[in-house]
Amino acid sequence: MRLLKLVPDDTNIKFLKYRAPFYVISILLIAASWALVLTKGLNYGVDFAGGQEVRLTFSELEEAPIPSLREQIGGLGFGDPVIQRFGAANQVSIRVRLPESAESTPGAATAIGNQVISTIESSYDNVVRDGNDTVSGKVAGEFREKAVLALLAAMLAISLYIWVRFEWQFGVGALFALVHDVSLTLGMFALFQMEFSLQIIAAILAIIGYSLNDTIVVYDRIRENLKKYRNMPLPELLDLSVNETLARTVMTSLTLLIALVPLLLFGPASLFGLVAAIILGIFVGTYSSVYMAAPILIWLGVNSNSFIPQETVADKQDRIARGES
Amino acid sequence: MLEFPRWKKIWLWAITLIAIACALPSILSSTSVRWPDALPDPMVNLGLDLAGGSHILLEADPKQVAEQRLENMEESVRAVMRQASPRIRIGDVSTGNDQLGFMVESVADVDRARELLLPLVNGNGMTREWDLSVVDETRFTLEPTSDGIDNAVTDAMDSATEVVRKRIDSLGTREPTIIRQGDTRIVVQVPGLQDPEQLKALLGQTAKLEFKLVDQNALPSDVDQGIAPPGSQIFPYAAGTPFEGSSLAVRRLGGIKGDQLTNAQQGVDPQTNEAVVSITFDQQGGAKFAKLTTENVNKPFAIILDGKVLSAPNINEPILGGSAQISGSFTTDSANALAISLRSGALPVDLTVVEERTVGPDLGADSIRRGMLAMGIGSLLVIVLMVASYGRFGVYATAALALNVLMLLGIMAVFNTTLTLPGIAGFVLTIGAAVDANVLINERIREERKRGRRVVAAVENGYKEASRAIYDANITNFIAGVLLFIFGSGPIRGFAVVLIIGLFTSVFTAVVMTRMWVAGWLRRARPQELNV
Repeated sequence: MRLLKLVPDDTNIKFLKYRAPFYVISILLIAASWALVLTKGLNYGVDFAGGQEVRLTFSELEEAPIPSLREQIGGLGFGDPVIQRFGAANQVSIRVRLPESAESTPGAATAIGNQVISTIESSYDNVVRDGNDTVSGKVAGEFREKAVLALLAAMLAISLYIWVRFEWQFGVGALFALVHDVSLTLGMFALFQMEFSLQIIAAILAIIGYSLNDTIVVYDRIRENLKKYRNMPLPELLDLSVNETLARTVMTSLTLLIALVPLLLFGPASLFGLVAAIILGIFVGTYSSVYMAAPILIWLGVNSNSFIPQETVADKQDRIARGES
Repeated sequence: MLEFPRWKKIWLWAITLIAIACALPSILSSTSVRWPDALPDPMVNLGLDLAGGSHILLEADPKQVAEQRLENMEESVRAVMRQASPRIRIGDVSTGNDQLGFMVESVADVDRARELLLPLVNGNGMTREWDLSVVDETRFTLEPTSDGIDNAVTDAMDSATEVVRKRIDSLGTREPTIIRQGDTRIVVQVPGLQDPEQLKALLGQTAKLEFKLVDQNALPSDVDQGIAPPGSQIFPYAAGTPFEGSSLAVRRLGGIKGDQLTNAQQGVDPQTNEAVVSITFDQQGGAKFAKLTTENVNKPFAIILDGKVLSAPNINEPILGGSAQISGSFTTDSANALAISLRSGALPVDLTVVEERTVGPDLGADSIRRGMLAMGIGSLLVIVLMVASYGRFGVYATAALALNVLMLLGIMAVFNTTLTLPGIAGFVLTIGAAVDANVLINERIREERKRGRRVVAAVENGYKEASRAIYDANITNFIAGVLLFIFGSGPIRGFAVVLIIGLFTSVFTAVVMTRMWVAGWLRRARPQELNV
């Protein structure tokens, strides 16, 4: 049986030849992402903004009356609601954000939620409540804090571990790649104004995990080759390492994609955002391992001696005592 | 690397089979096959987002506990001074600035008063509950210590949790989870509940019932502006009552509380056909109520629930039987809710719903069905790709993948963890990690063969060289998972749990188990060529 080989043997793509322009583009993308996040802002879901999100099925209608719902709930005076189809055509999710003035009132979110639901139930028959999320301003604030803390702590601890296992340059490189991945994901959420919820934090962490996996595989090969080819110029060595691990990179990314795409297409509507984010992250993470994590090693001055034990003062004294030069 | 003595094989299979056995009850529970009752049945709990149900986070305001405590202290101080013989006269009582202040009228009584206050101030624990000081010879101030307030909040939350439990039990809901969280919060999780409104109404009602005498000397114009005469308080009428929108002045002291009850029932007033709540006092409460009504015949008294006046009937005659009827424009439902709340006791502090998540059971079931379908399709595609790419090694990888899923479920069941919707994403990621480990190993074996190593050496080296990256990657992911669990909340934790357990099972199955299988095959078949 002839086996499938996605990447032909002896593939040798000069990935790092254009490292400078790619780096410039990447840094511009990171900057653009942050500019988007800061100007357009993230479309916080109720987890982070507070307020209420209710999911309803209009069981007597073919299609949910979204425009009239928008008018009715907009008229309640809590600002513009976000109303989206959620699953089937007669299912909607209605999101009402907590007004800023009510953020410190603990019961405000529940009160708004009750009003929204009673308004809808009084105008339509047989509305089934599929789900409901109500989060008060204070709790939402805690979620924001905890999410940022979890992300920062995870990124730092991971970089430290890589520093310990490899060399400080690798730690910096991994951290840089992670910053790149997280920034671009955030930028994408800001650009398309997709709902940013606690689940998306879980997705970002999955992306970090995946991207890191990739980075470590490439780094591991670089370390190995640094010991093996003591005299190879670094750019060439990096290219070799990336090419040697390319088959694995393609294969793993592809298997993850084919596991995730069905989840995106047929999975529950409530997982859509999370799965979409992870799929996006697979591309971003793979790219960053090759074009962010590897070239930075050149600029940070990694060389073959990085993994050769350094002679200590005691060793030197020993050597001199033995009369060796 | 490829040596597997018999004892090691037995161990590995034993671990695998035990973990898989633990997954069986969870898997069978979704079919019609019954797990024998005699056997232990560890289960993976489905999160509320999958099973349907309500998650309600309640929060108390510690300030309210402190205020309540100050009020109680005032009453204790007045009682102690009144009961002292000879009576100690005090005046100028104030409760501003979170402290209690009062004057002893005669300097001669100061030492005696201090003596009487000491037991109140010290509490019964190891900590001092109040700071007592005397200024200008006769002015006493009692300031709560922070330890004292902390103790009071803890006590209040403990009894609030008990009250919440009683109220939820009275609804007959199955398997509610009620947990204290942090200093001032209570988490309530009720699976499979269609409509949480009733539950929320029940938990949102403090049910603090008070009977207080109406201050008939208060000027209506003052009351309307919210100005209370000295020694009185102003309460608004409750919504739905005939006087809704107006307020009533009542005497601050001398009333009684409705916490000494033996029973409360919803009923119907035969004359007005209105829903009412009948309460029965215990002996002590009944005696107090009898005294109050005897001493104040022909005066109105207010029935106040949670700071709102329900009604202010006239006391026509002393009520000695120890029972009373409360009317206040109730519906049958609200009267029933009040009866439950009064039976279970008043909450020592108001609880506010600060987070609520409800998922209808249908949506949860639909999520599971769709999630399963998607995972099935995904797994199938992965299997095809793996076998097409790595042949026999792909079959081993697929078998490892199947074991991985079962073991992961089994271990989650043993630790009684909860599978949530984000947890399913964690599942997929774990599968990805397991596949990745095998991809790394198999690609490495290919490479080693290409470099001309013989079959056994190539396999051995493949595992050895690939393991380094696999372990590094899994350890970093483990670090991330633990941090997620520590700092994360809600859905993030559900994700972290699956991730952490999955790292162990995926390394175990994808690295250790496949190596055992490959080693066995190499020994049996002694292949000269590897199709990988």
